[in-house]
Amino acid sequence: MKIGIVCPYSWDVPGGVQFHIRDLAEHLIRLGHEVSVLAPADDETPLPPYVVSAGRAVPVPYNGSVARLNFGFLSAARVRRWLHDGVFDVIHIHEPASPSLGLLSCWAAQGPIVATFHTSNPRSRAMIAAYPILQPALEKISARIAVSEYARRTLVEHLGGDAVVIPNGVDVDFFAKADPNPDWSGHTLGFIGRIDEPRKGLPVLMAAFPAIVEQCPDVRLLVAGRGDEEEAVASLPAELRSRVEFLGMVSDEDKARLLRSVDVYVAPNTGGESFGIILVEALSAGAAVLASDLDAFAQVLDQGAAGELFANEDAGSLATAAVALLRDPARRAELSARGSAHVRRFDWSTVGADILAVYETVTDGAAAVAADERIPLRTRLGFSRDG
Amino acid sequence: MSRPVIENLVWIAVALGVVGVYLSWTAGRLDRLHTRMDAARAALDAQLVRRASVVLEVATSGALDPASSLVLYEAAHAARQAEEEQREVAESELSQALRAVFADADQVEVLKAAPGGEAAAEELAAAVRRVPMARRFLNDAVRAARALRRHRKVRWFRLAGHAPFPLAFEMDDEPPVDLADRPA
Repeated sequence: MKIGIVCPYSWDVPGGVQFHIRDLAEHLIRLGHEVSVLAPADDETPLPPYVVSAGRAVPVPYNGSVARLNFGFLSAARVRRWLHDGVFDVIHIHEPASPSLGLLSCWAAQGPIVATFHTSNPRSRAMIAAYPILQPALEKISARIAVSEYARRTLVEHLGGDAVVIPNGVDVDFFAKADPNPDWSGHTLGFIGRIDEPRKGLPVLMAAFPAIVEQCPDVRLLVAGRGDEEEAVASLPAELRSRVEFLGMVSDEDKARLLRSVDVYVAPNTGGESFGIILVEALSAGAAVLASDLDAFAQVLDQGAAGELFANEDAGSLATAAVALLRDPARRAELSARGSAHVRRFDWSTVGADILAVYETVTDGAAAVAADERIPLRTRLGFSRDG
Repeated sequence: MSRPVIENLVWIAVALGVVGVYLSWTAGRLDRLHTRMDAARAALDAQLVRRASVVLEVATSGALDPASSLVLYEAAHAARQAEEEQREVAESELSQALRAVFADADQVEVLKAAPGGEAAAEELAAAVRRVPMARRFLNDAVRAARALRRHRKVRWFRLAGHAPFPLAFEMDDEPPVDLADRPA
């Protein structure tokens, strides 16, 4: 099958959506499909052979933060050329509602279009205002995929219609077979994520940390991720600061080893998560997981069966749950075993098969994707519907 | 004719032109939605027929006990023969029969143990997972087409022509848990 995938965010900036697209493309190529990914990228960035650059993304303020987006004539022309040259059986657009390549491709293409909605923003005024602009583009999408039941609910609420739920994929064995690092195990808590991004929840964990140390005196906290380390520990009493180890940005291999090594992986995120790929990775590595009870997290953790949940933003609840887990190796082993079984459904072999099933469903009896040419006026005026 | 009259005529012509282009664009949108709906309906039909055929194959293979085989055969046969108006009911009954027969995880194992059963179980699992997918895609297209067709501009100018009002396909398509074990 010839598959075109549209990535809305810069290929050179690491991010969940980009990684998902990279893994999906590589998985499909391994299965023998022809895949081309259209993504914003600087001209100097080295790209894998299956990626086509759509030009540099421009930073603009959008939706409360500065986003790097592609728009304008040049990008639209590149999208059209890519569609024209590719002759794809199906195109798969990620984040079709973001004002970037996703929306441009939706405008420019016709034929079988699959779209994945990653984020689940609460209903915003901008979304309501943009509805008449988005609707003609979004109604071309033949199949919508939401990454979680939660994302599906918000999608249906905002745009109506329906979507199938296919979670993000993870290479489970990559994490399951990583070598544990002895330096990182033995009464350790792990945290991975941007240090200076409050939504990732490190401040909640820091607030809970003194109470955890009180109950488990030899506990250590390992933190991997970008950000200001001084500022992160500023709220801690000085004598506890040495118990927090910063590992900085870690490679994929080290991330897997870290998740394999820690006693408990903590995900204190306070919101804005529609899926929680890091939880799936932690479960794959067999870590006991303790996460805030966001809708998306509760779903990944099978409503608490595959990992412990605590009340969101409640440091006391986090501390109690963490101490209980640290003191109970049997419970950790139980969670780890259940998590490892549960996580198989997020493996690329399963997720990839589901995505292919969607492609096959929409291409059944449909023509290939083409650039959306103008239809002759007479046909358009509706005189020929029944002709 | 005096100048103001000509000017007015020009403006009226321009306004009519703009309205015309807008209506033409809307008709194009509607046409595309109808095409998408037809493709989605064909895809759902293909998945339903496929599911019924796999079930018939399993039912007549002798891999399952005679009672289960008969229940599945009956339901699959009825689903395949159903008239258009009865189809939603017949297909729902096939889903219920599948859930009843494969309610026990052991039944799936029995099927897999039979010669060629592994492949049959996989095909059946794929079929029961794809039916709800195809149905969601169809109903999503139907909803979009209905929303546009209810709009004033489409009704007043009869942009939909004689195309029938789009109907959703409602059925029970819940797959047996042990056969298709993954989040919905």
